[in-house]
Amino acid sequence: MSVMGPAADHYPHPHLLGIEGLTPGEITLILDRAQHYAEKNRSADKTSNILAGATVVNLFYENSTRTLTSFELAAKRLGADVINMTVGTSSVKKGETLIDTAMTLNAMNPDALVVRHADSGAVKLLSEKVNCAVLNAGDGRHEHPTQALLDALTIRRHKGRLHRLNVAICGDIAHSRVARSNILLLNTMGSRVRLVAPPTLIPSKIDRMGVEIFHDMEEGLKDCDIVMMLRLQLERMEGSFIPSVREYFHFHGLDRAKLANAKPDALIMHPGPMNRGVEIDSEVADDVERSVIREQVEMGVAVRMAALELLVQNHRKMGGQA
Amino acid sequence: MSPAIRAKGAGKKAFINARLIDPVAQTDGMGGLLIQDDTIAKAGAEVTKDTVPEGFEIIDLGGACLAPGLVDMRAQLREPGFEHQETIETAGKSAAIGGVTTIIALPNTDPVIDDVAGVEFIARRARKVGLAKVFVYGAVSKGIEGKEITEMGLLHQAGAVAFCDGVKTIASARLLRQALSYSTFFDGMIVQHPEEPELSKGASMNSGELATRLGLSGVSPLAEVMQIERDLRLAEMTGGRLHFAHISTGESVEVIRKAKKRGLKVTCDTAPPYFALNENSVSDYRTFAKLSPPLRSEDDRQAIVAGLADGTIDAIASDHNPQDADSKRLPFAQAAAGAVGFETLLPISLELYHNGHMSLLDVITKLTRVPADLVRIKGAGTLAEGTAADLVVFDPDRPWKIDPYQFHSKSKNSPFDGRLTQGRVLRTLIDGREVFTEGS
Repeated sequence: MSVMGPAADHYPHPHLLGIEGLTPGEITLILDRAQHYAEKNRSADKTSNILAGATVVNLFYENSTRTLTSFELAAKRLGADVINMTVGTSSVKKGETLIDTAMTLNAMNPDALVVRHADSGAVKLLSEKVNCAVLNAGDGRHEHPTQALLDALTIRRHKGRLHRLNVAICGDIAHSRVARSNILLLNTMGSRVRLVAPPTLIPSKIDRMGVEIFHDMEEGLKDCDIVMMLRLQLERMEGSFIPSVREYFHFHGLDRAKLANAKPDALIMHPGPMNRGVEIDSEVADDVERSVIREQVEMGVAVRMAALELLVQNHRKMGGQA
Repeated sequence: MSPAIRAKGAGKKAFINARLIDPVAQTDGMGGLLIQDDTIAKAGAEVTKDTVPEGFEIIDLGGACLAPGLVDMRAQLREPGFEHQETIETAGKSAAIGGVTTIIALPNTDPVIDDVAGVEFIARRARKVGLAKVFVYGAVSKGIEGKEITEMGLLHQAGAVAFCDGVKTIASARLLRQALSYSTFFDGMIVQHPEEPELSKGASMNSGELATRLGLSGVSPLAEVMQIERDLRLAEMTGGRLHFAHISTGESVEVIRKAKKRGLKVTCDTAPPYFALNENSVSDYRTFAKLSPPLRSEDDRQAIVAGLADGTIDAIASDHNPQDADSKRLPFAQAAAGAVGFETLLPISLELYHNGHMSLLDVITKLTRVPADLVRIKGAGTLAEGTAADLVVFDPDRPWKIDPYQFHSKSKNSPFDGRLTQGRVLRTLIDGREVFTEGS
C-alpha cells in the first residue's frame, strides 16, 4: 500500500506527544486503525465497549470547542468514562502549578490524559510526572499530533497515498503547532512540503526541517496536490507580523485566482476554526468539489479513537505503568 | 558525605611542595607559601621544607596547585529578598567549596542595592558570616528601573566596586551615557548585560533550528552584538569604563576585539556555560539549561573559547543565579532563567586547560587577577607578600561527576548536572583561615 512499507504491528510508545519520533510504520498503524473507525462512525453501530472501564481525562488549558468535543466523542464511542476539565485560568489563578494539577489528577488513576496547553513542552513536562498515557492535544507552537494524523488520513482517503505529494502549508507558520506536526508527518511519509507565508510568519531556520519556502502565494501553489491553509493566530502575535488583515488576505488569502495555480484536483484543507475573508475566501472553503475541511473534522474523531485505543491498551498491558 | 565547612585559626602556616600559580608574577612552578596570621608572608620556589622558619605548621600539598582564591565578578546571592533561593551564608558555603574567596554580588535584590544602606547591609552580613569576601555592584538606576541615575559617587564611597542594573540591560542610551560619563570622576566601571531588549521580547532560548523545532520563541544572537555596538559608541564618546557581562556570541567577540584594537576602555567576561555548552542542552525542554543570555550555537561556543584564548574575553565569572525548584519546574517559556555556578566554576574553566585551549596560568589569571583588577579590589587575586591569605588549593586532574544535589548552594539548578569533569578544590582559605578542607 505505501512505499514506506507496511504498518507496524504495535504502537511502542507510552504516550503520543508528537509526530517527531514516529516511524512510517507506526503512523500507518494509527491511520489504518483510524480508517476502520471512520467506516464504523458512518454506520448505525458507532459505539463499542473496547475501552469500557477506562477513564479518560481531557485537561484543557486553552479554550477549544472542536478538539475537546472531538476527543470527548472519541472516548465515549469507545465506551470509556470521560471527564472534561477546562482549566482555562481558574486553577492557575489560585496558584496551582501544572505539575500540582497533574499530580492531583494522577492520584485519581486515569488511563489517559488528553492535554492542551499554551506553552510548548508543557505536555511533555506533564507526561514525566504521571503514570498514565498522555496525548498531546496541542502544546504552544510545538506539536499537535492528532491534527497531523487526521490531515494525513483525509489526504490518504482522497489521494490513496501519502508519498510523492506536493503539499503547500500556507499562512501563519510561526505560531502554528499544526504546521510543525504536518511537516514532520509528511516528510516522514515521503511527501514534499512547501511553506507559503510572508517572511514575518516563517520561523527562523525552518528550512532545516526539510521544506521549501515561498513568500509569493501563486508561485508557492504551483502544481500542488494539497493546499493546507492555517488560521491566522492574531491572539498569539506580539507586535506587527502583518500590517493588516486586508493586506494579508490580498497577498496570502486563498481565493479562486490563487488556487488556479495548484493542480486541478488539488484538495483544500484547513484545521479550523476558519477566519473567512482573512486566510480563506468562503467561495473556496465551501467548494464541495475541492474542500475537504468538513471531512477533516470527521476524521478527527476516528483518529482520536485509534490513538486512545492504542495508548490505553498499551497502558493496560504495561500494568498501569506508562 | 559532605565536606564540612570550618574556620580554623590561622597562626603560622607553611604550604610546601605546591604548584604555585601566581597570576601577578605570571609564574607557574613548584614552591611554597608562608602564612602569618591573616596574610601571605612569603611565596615562591625558595619556600621548601628546609627553609620554613621555626614555629610554622608545615602542610605538604603533595604537588597540588596553590593559587589566589577565585574572584567571581558576577554572582547573585539573593539576599535580601529571596532567601528561599540563597542567602549570604549558603552562598558563602557554596563559594568556599568552589574555591571562590571574593564575590561581587549583583544589586538586583529586594530591596535593590541602590543606596548606601544597602551596600552597608551586605558588607555587615558578609562579615558576620565570615565565608567569602562579598563586595557589591551598586545599581546604575534607582530601583533598576532604567530611569534615574543612583547616587553613584556615594555608593562608590560606601564600597560599591562598580555599577550595573543586575540582569537588566541598561536600555536607555541617555542613561548609559550619563552613568559612563559621571563615573569617570571616581574611575567607576559600568557593567552592561548586553541584550537589546525589544528585538527578542519574551523569547526564551537561542533562535534557530532548535527553537523552531521546539516551538519556542527565540532570542536572536544579534540582540547581543547590536547592544554592544551601540554601547561602544557611548563608551568612546564619554571615555567611561564599560564592561560587558557574559558574552555569548561569536559576533560579540569579534566586535569587542576590534574595539580593543582601537584602544577603547572596554572589557568583557563570559561564564562557563557559554564555553562548555551549546543550545542542544535545551533539547527536551530542560529548564536547567535556560539561561540569560541563552545557550548559543556550537559555532558561537567555539568563538567564545577562541575569544578567551586570544585575550579578547578578559575574565571568567560564575554568573551564579540560584533558582528554586518551583521556578524551574515549569513549562520552558515560563521557567526562570539562570544557573548556580560557584561549585562548577573552577572545574568547568579547567576544561579550557585540559582541552589544550589555554595554559593553566591563563585560566587562573582570568578567574583571579583580572576580575580583581577590573573592579579595583586591591590585594585579591595575588600571592604578593603582605596581601590577605585568600587562597585555593586544588587538584587540577582529579575526575568527578557533578551532582547538584551535593551542592552547598540552597538551589540546585545546574546545567552541568551529571557532567564528568576534572579538577577538585582541596582547601579554601580566607585571611589564612581554612573555610573549606576537603574530606573533613
